[in-house]
Amino acid sequence: MKLSIKEVEHVAELARLELSDEEKNKFVHQLSNILTHIEKLNQLDTSNIEPTSHVLPLKNIFRDDVTQISFQESNSLENAPDKDKGYYKVPKIIEEA
Amino acid sequence: MELYKLTIHELKEKLKKQEISAKELTLDFFKRIERVDKDVHSFITITKNDALKQAEEAEKRIINGDNLPLLGIPLAIKDLICIKGVRNTCGSKMLSNYIPPYDATVIKKLRESGAVFLGKLNMDEFAMGSSTETSHFGVTRNPWDLKTIPGGSSGGSAAAVAADECAGSLGSDTGGSIRQPAAMCGVVGLKPTYGRVSRFGLVAFASSLDQIGPITKDVTDTAILMNIISGRDPLDSTSADIPVPDFTRSLRNDVKGLKIGIPKEYFVEGMDVEVEKSVKDAIELFKRFGAEIKDVSLPHADYAISTYYVIAPAEASSNLARYDGVKYGYRTNNRENLLGMYKKTRQDGFGTEVKRRIMLGTYALSSGYYDAYYLKAQKVRTLIKKDFDEALKICDILLTPTAPTPAFKIGEKFDNPIQMYLSDIFTISINLAGVPAISIPCGFSNKGLPIGLQIIGKHFDEETLIRAAYTFEQNTDYHTKNPEI
Repeated sequence: MKLSIKEVEHVAELARLELSDEEKNKFVHQLSNILTHIEKLNQLDTSNIEPTSHVLPLKNIFRDDVTQISFQESNSLENAPDKDKGYYKVPKIIEEA
Repeated sequence: MELYKLTIHELKEKLKKQEISAKELTLDFFKRIERVDKDVHSFITITKNDALKQAEEAEKRIINGDNLPLLGIPLAIKDLICIKGVRNTCGSKMLSNYIPPYDATVIKKLRESGAVFLGKLNMDEFAMGSSTETSHFGVTRNPWDLKTIPGGSSGGSAAAVAADECAGSLGSDTGGSIRQPAAMCGVVGLKPTYGRVSRFGLVAFASSLDQIGPITKDVTDTAILMNIISGRDPLDSTSADIPVPDFTRSLRNDVKGLKIGIPKEYFVEGMDVEVEKSVKDAIELFKRFGAEIKDVSLPHADYAISTYYVIAPAEASSNLARYDGVKYGYRTNNRENLLGMYKKTRQDGFGTEVKRRIMLGTYALSSGYYDAYYLKAQKVRTLIKKDFDEALKICDILLTPTAPTPAFKIGEKFDNPIQMYLSDIFTISINLAGVPAISIPCGFSNKGLPIGLQIIGKHFDEETLIRAAYTFEQNTDYHTKNPEI
């Protein structure tokens, strides 16, 4: 599978990565090689095989709906790069009219 | 006396009899760290003040007659298992300032058992790597030869145990990250069955594959740590509600009648001759002690790397989406708009290997490719798992090499991802199948580098692994050898 620079840029956009030109060129080559290696899987007929997402035969795990002690607001915010009045602070996302 | 050379169970005896003091012991380890860590570089963070307080507390309790399993025992922890109030970097610039406000469940359990925490250990960034070279905090060197890698991703954990910088350690294993470095550093490393140990407080890489496990100087210490860290945890829904046996009861020098399978796909033309010889000698030893050796086949072994490098990056790309510079961790100074802030933060905060895997995983999950890559890999995962189910129906355990070669030179495979990925060729399928496996020392190369034997067991049957590993250890002396450092 040979990827194009355009595809690498599209995937980087989906992954929210602002790659450098050098990285894009490197990844075009390296990801193409890895994907070629992965295509080995197509040698196998899996039409009647169920997928495994998880190895244990677990179904939904429920607990009783009771209040429990959780983090204080101050704990949750103590690692925030920017905060204000008990909120996480991010760059403005709503444009002025 | 060089206390730092002793195992957990030897130290425990001396502490209990009050032949040594917990505080002196902890200080002894810090002296050792000061002497060797400038060469080995196992540690990212050293928590001397906290450790001394914990040691003093342990000392009081010992004098009061408390008998907790790890009272006063100095451990060090891979830097992706959260210790409350101690920086947890995951080997990444992204988390270089992250201080967890809580203990991982395994840490809580170790703490309640009286352990002393010396610090946090180096690792490949977000556990993605096989050599500990992708760490933002520099490489760790193999104590057996400082020019070689210690393995990875738990390279700091394995090197710290091998260099006697802690009495024992915890690592994590997604595709071999406990076993492969344990093999390359000549120590014992166990990846428990998926679901045996709570993952709460373990920074997630690939959630359907990750497990925490011990890295120790001998098998007895592994059993001791497994007794403490195992069991169902309400904070991790994938931790299994299955009774935890006393693993120290499996420390028996007896493999008579044990059915041992040798998967032919793991012994192929062109394999490293020294690894092959050591592992074949190990098989002979088991035979001599009464085990029954059978040839078995894992027909889909050849597809494990391809399957893993779809599933693990796919899960990683999803798990690592949380690093956006908003709630914790690194944030760029470029804050023109939100989207730009996300992209710049992630570009600057992640290293190359992590980005490579996020790209791979995002591609495999993207519209139009999901069925061809992710769903296909999940189906092949079913076939790989069935191979193990079948082989372990007729055998109690399987024996293979842990890694295809002894430790390689620093830099040798750094920019060749496929070559690097192949160094996990014998460990990866075990995570896909979810079964437990242990690596123990089984020999040395001509250059004096350790070689590891991998023992694979049935789901939730770590007991048989421990029994087989203990028997091997009792009848060999590889585990008693130390690097000259």
